[in-house]
Amino acid sequence: MVPQSNENLQAICKDVRADIVKMTAAAGSGHPGGSLSSVELLTALYFNVLNHRPEEPNWPDRDRFILSKGHVCPVLYSVMARTGDFPVEELMTLRKFGSRLQGHPNVKALPGLESSSGSLGQGLSIANGLALAAKLNNKSYRVYCLMGDGELQEGQIWEAAMTAPHYGLDNVCAIVDYNNLQIDGKCDEVMGINPLAKKWESFNWHVIEIDGHDLAQVLKAYEEAANHKEQPSVIIAHTTKGKGVSFMENVAGWHGKAPNKEELEKALQEIYGGGI
Amino acid sequence: MSVKKLPNRDGYGHGLIELGKSNPDVLVLDADLAKSTRSDWFQKEFPDRFFDLGIAEQDMLGTAAGLALAGKIPFVTTYGVFVAGRAWDQIRTTICYAGINVKIAGAHGGVSVGPDGATHQALEDIALMRVLPGMTVVVPCDAIEAKKATISVAEINGPCYLRFAREATPVFTKEEDFFQIGKANVLNDGSDVTIIACGPIVYESLLAAEQLQKEGISTRVINMHTIKPLDEEVILKAALETGAIVTAEEHQIFGGLGGAVAEVLAKNNPTPMEMIGVKDTFGESGTPEELAEKYELTSNDIVKAVKNVLSRKKD
Repeated sequence: MVPQSNENLQAICKDVRADIVKMTAAAGSGHPGGSLSSVELLTALYFNVLNHRPEEPNWPDRDRFILSKGHVCPVLYSVMARTGDFPVEELMTLRKFGSRLQGHPNVKALPGLESSSGSLGQGLSIANGLALAAKLNNKSYRVYCLMGDGELQEGQIWEAAMTAPHYGLDNVCAIVDYNNLQIDGKCDEVMGINPLAKKWESFNWHVIEIDGHDLAQVLKAYEEAANHKEQPSVIIAHTTKGKGVSFMENVAGWHGKAPNKEELEKALQEIYGGGI
Repeated sequence: MSVKKLPNRDGYGHGLIELGKSNPDVLVLDADLAKSTRSDWFQKEFPDRFFDLGIAEQDMLGTAAGLALAGKIPFVTTYGVFVAGRAWDQIRTTICYAGINVKIAGAHGGVSVGPDGATHQALEDIALMRVLPGMTVVVPCDAIEAKKATISVAEINGPCYLRFAREATPVFTKEEDFFQIGKANVLNDGSDVTIIACGPIVYESLLAAEQLQKEGISTRVINMHTIKPLDEEVILKAALETGAIVTAEEHQIFGGLGGAVAEVLAKNNPTPMEMIGVKDTFGESGTPEELAEKYELTSNDIVKAVKNVLSRKKD
């Protein structure tokens, strides 16, 4: 795929945000908050970084993306559709009976997905396995894995955090969407995860900390991770839950709630009106 | 009758080595129990294809899933309690829901694990694994069958669970015996009653049949090595022809082989049944013999169960 300019990516991010609120509104349920906080991370990844062929989803040399926090599949479905994995119109079938766009990703239903997810904490291990296979097969593909901050409370993440550096998996790039909110409130209050960068550093990861809504920083982080050898990299992306829709921003209640008709209209106006 | 004894996990070790030679995609993962599970036999032969994931079963299952997604055939190995219980959600969501080709070996099934006690004696693993959509569940009866089962699951494209035992138990099947996953073996024909068993207790079932024969009771013995997919045909045929069934397994009486057989019979041809198994309790420390006695898993207990079921048999 031809890399997009920063300006184009910004415009695409608006479309992706609009998709997220439209899809969840149409479904009457879903997870807009954490989807909106990951928009720049996944738009930059799918359009400018991830080496994949929508027309050949099982191309053996493709880069892999594992969505560990499966509930934010609206953002993933949107970037998949907008990079050509399936028609954009299909996005509106999210969570409906018979849809390939299940409420949490089902790899058997939708080509282009790499794994099923929804039960948290499992993605990084899968990413490690794919990365280890790349090393064994002398393949140069890279593996990306998006995790939520609350998700880091799952013990399996830290098992996997030990495995990647142990096996020298520098082809793994973990991404933490650090919006500091989870269902029951602020991560710091529910179950603190700080000092986060130090945790990953002490597990022998290369840590890159960025503003997860600044596309230039996001792209630079992916590049830095790709160039860092002998250690896996983790991008800790500081983000805002619900980013781009003022009434959803920093409100835990929008973790798993769909906008109604009026809220949708207001959201779309904000997304396309004032920029982000 | 004197018979050679081996732990059936040895068969797993031999099977892995054979697979290692014939299929370069076969890998083995363990969680710090390689010596006990026999996966270290593979490690010695193929060090570059063996990975210890440390004491981290959940991560091991996920890593195996990733390897399988990239075309490898990973065999993950640890004790049955730690894999089927502790990593159950990883097996459900990551592996079975996606139909990923991961082979899971649970060693140390049953109270015959002995002195380690209840925490290490898998008694619920068959139930936990067979309830998962798309999972194949195989419980070999001896070391020879364990080797065949290990080699056979590599040919299936999808998740499989293999259950092994710790103790040395009689090796009574032969290399040349027919073995096919999903196809039960009738070891002893009989017309009065049928014992359906899996794992090393199949041997006890044969001893029971021998005893019963002396008392004039003709007993069919079926080695139901595959719990899922279950050979329903052989069960229904036995129900029709013998009219009474006893199941035997070193597992909770709920949800395992007995449960699976009962489901088939209840739906198709309700037949008097008795179940040999651990009766809704945990195990404890002791010698395998002491525990088999206490938990009523010996050939004598099977004989008693047969007599009970015969008393309930319909005319």
